[in-house]
Amino acid sequence: MSLWPTEPMVQASLVAIILVSIGIIFTLTYFKKWGWLWREWITTVDHKKIGIMYLICALLMLFRGGVDALLMRIQLAFPDLQFLDAQHYNEIFTTHGTIMILFMAMPFLFAMFNIVVPLQIGARDVAFPYLNAVSFWLFFFGALLFNISFVLGGAPDAGWVNYPPLSELTFSPGPGIDYYLLSLQISGIGSIATGINFLVTILKMRAPGMSMMRMPMFSWSVLASCIVIIFAFPALTAALALLSLDRIVGTHFFTMLHGGNPMMYMNLFWIWGHPEVYIVILPAYGVFSEVVSTFSKKRLFGYKSMVASLLLISVASYLVWVHHFFTMGSSAGVNSFFAVASMAIAIPTGVKVFNWLFTMFRGRIRLSLPMLWMLAFIPTFALGGATGVMLAVAPADYQFHNSYFLIAHFHQVLIGGVVYGMLAGLYYWWPKMFGFQLVEKLGKWAFWLFNIGFYVCFMPQYALGLMGMTRRMYEYPSGMGWNGLNQVSTVGAFIMGIGFLLIVAQILYSIRHGKRDTTGDPWNGRTLEWSLPSPVPHYNFVRIPEVKGRDAWWMMKQEKGDEATSTPSSSIQPIHMPNSSGLPFLMSLAFFVAGFGLVFHQFALAAVGGIGIGICLFLRSLEQDEGYMLSPKEIRRIESAQGRL
Amino acid sequence: MALAQHEVVRAQTEANRPLEYDEDGQRHILGFWLFLATDLVLFACLFATYQVLVTHTDGGPVLSELFELGGVTAETILLLTSSFTGGLAIYEMRRGNLRGLIGWLVFTVMLGLAFIGIEVYEFVTFVGEGATMQRSAALSAFFTLVGTHGLHVSFGILWMISVIVQLLRFGIQPVTARKAFIAGLYWHFLDVVWVFVFSAVYLMGVLG
Repeated sequence: MSLWPTEPMVQASLVAIILVSIGIIFTLTYFKKWGWLWREWITTVDHKKIGIMYLICALLMLFRGGVDALLMRIQLAFPDLQFLDAQHYNEIFTTHGTIMILFMAMPFLFAMFNIVVPLQIGARDVAFPYLNAVSFWLFFFGALLFNISFVLGGAPDAGWVNYPPLSELTFSPGPGIDYYLLSLQISGIGSIATGINFLVTILKMRAPGMSMMRMPMFSWSVLASCIVIIFAFPALTAALALLSLDRIVGTHFFTMLHGGNPMMYMNLFWIWGHPEVYIVILPAYGVFSEVVSTFSKKRLFGYKSMVASLLLISVASYLVWVHHFFTMGSSAGVNSFFAVASMAIAIPTGVKVFNWLFTMFRGRIRLSLPMLWMLAFIPTFALGGATGVMLAVAPADYQFHNSYFLIAHFHQVLIGGVVYGMLAGLYYWWPKMFGFQLVEKLGKWAFWLFNIGFYVCFMPQYALGLMGMTRRMYEYPSGMGWNGLNQVSTVGAFIMGIGFLLIVAQILYSIRHGKRDTTGDPWNGRTLEWSLPSPVPHYNFVRIPEVKGRDAWWMMKQEKGDEATSTPSSSIQPIHMPNSSGLPFLMSLAFFVAGFGLVFHQFALAAVGGIGIGICLFLRSLEQDEGYMLSPKEIRRIESAQGRL
Repeated sequence: MALAQHEVVRAQTEANRPLEYDEDGQRHILGFWLFLATDLVLFACLFATYQVLVTHTDGGPVLSELFELGGVTAETILLLTSSFTGGLAIYEMRRGNLRGLIGWLVFTVMLGLAFIGIEVYEFVTFVGEGATMQRSAALSAFFTLVGTHGLHVSFGILWMISVIVQLLRFGIQPVTARKAFIAGLYWHFLDVVWVFVFSAVYLMGVLG
């Protein structure tokens, strides 16, 4: 099989990828930056740098997923349009969904986990810094494997849920589905490791005095999210592995022949898939809790009920998966159970919404960018939640199932919840990551365009769904009465696209013109990350803080005033730091080689990758990695450069 | 830095906790328990799939007719014993006895190898009788469930060999003690999973 593509769109993408790669290689070589890239980034185990790499990947993937969305909206703008053919349309909705959930939302969250959690709980790093690097590089190479599919052999085209029997070898003989299976498998291993890593970090590495009930709400939300990751992701691992066995080894788990049962895949997939949406939304709740408290200059209202509802949601998330296929035809009893369980999720969520509102009540509200996104989230998410309860009504779902009503619903909760949440977090913690603030004016333009665009894009889709338009149709005849609403929706999508571009422009403009953050506490924050200089030195805390209550940093400021940030020079002790390592990168590269080999059923290549993985594991196991000590002299130099001594 | 026998015992007595439970060790051990939780969910999914598909034989070989309880009982005895000897290894480690620790680990590895040997023989026999993974959904589920456990055991053997190499090089110290202890946890976990495989697959298969 020749790998050189024949279709113009694929050829153009391939040429673009090659040109960009050559450009990157040339730039790095010209500025002699290869060594810098290897030492400072590829081998780093610093949670803040790993977080920034996750963030860059998430934004790139948001762009790619967004382009996919716009291509679909162009195709649907007019009836009988021939902009994309059916095959391309199938590939694009598949990659759009998969990328947005697994290669955009997940790394965006992990960026926030990494950058914020150790700083909030007063730790110098995560529990397992080396494993953290492994997680990132597994994600990175998984994403790379997924993204090259479009130009090398064909993208997956069976939807982001990848249901058999369509995704079985009989009906999808190309490499596309294998790309999907292996790239998700590889990045999924990384996600499980991240879940374990941050749960141990939160349980074991909090600063002295920070009991669980004094922990900032974002860290609580990460804890809840990690619990769900740990108990949900293995189901995805199993679903993907069994389907891979069907395709590569020739077993019959989900085939139509020899006793296979495709519904088993759907169960396994959604036993992961539904908790997955809570994995991505819970940290967004955490971000909103931090933002609403800081920008209302008040303690978070109802802290305990916030914690209880987070944990309730994380448990209940396992009891609702069947609502994704009420139409499978289970008994009325089964469907009723899952319908009621799904509706019940609205209760703890409602508790949270009221707590946010009461936090703002009589607060001194500042309408900075993080707070704007927070405010936009509440009505958007409330409405999305309400349509969710409609979908949870099992008999009605027979009408809504797989219609544009569903599409509008989950975009409303995922964009209105996760994307707004991550953008609020991005704006909120940006100065902490990079040492400068993002200019407000461009950001406000972006905010309004994105929000208005969102409603223009998705409100018509609710109507289209009720009018009978089903998801994943690549064209429709003109007599259906859908034309106008589809055109409006497409216009909305483009307005959102402009909003995204303005965010990029805002970032680029702010790199030169943004206000430098010299205090480390630009928002008058309440939690420990704001006690540190921006950007944070690689050892985080010179001295591990003593925590005396919730909103630890706020209390320190009340107690000590301007003295709160300074450290007596004599009290500085040597700090133990973990060593950098190239092994996480190399091992993940070996995973990539093995995955690529399996995609094309080249077992020799896959074996080479497998042996590479084994060698890296053994090298690590036999390594005596004791880290190194950072001398007080070096720490004094860094601290005094920040004006902290 | 290897510690002599009396130093291990003294260090443990002074800190009032085993060597592997220093601050770093506690983190690793908790992390590994969480990993075991994920592995448990993975096995739970495979068990569920097996239960759903076990009757889907498509007119091919029926599992209950294939099973030979003799070999499986031998496997069970070997693995349960190996869990015991793995425990003895950790017991010797706590006493600071490096030779005892390595000796029992080697013994555990041998029992593991014997277990894998019988399992491979069983699989080869099944395939010889036409009961391949590709024949029916029930067989796909059987080979995948039992095979995944077998792969775990094989990985555990390689892992323990790596731990033995490190113990020979560095002796008993907090890091190697932690590694030996965690490898032991993994081994006990596989033993527990096997108890479920033995009851849910083989015993229920023969009785059912």
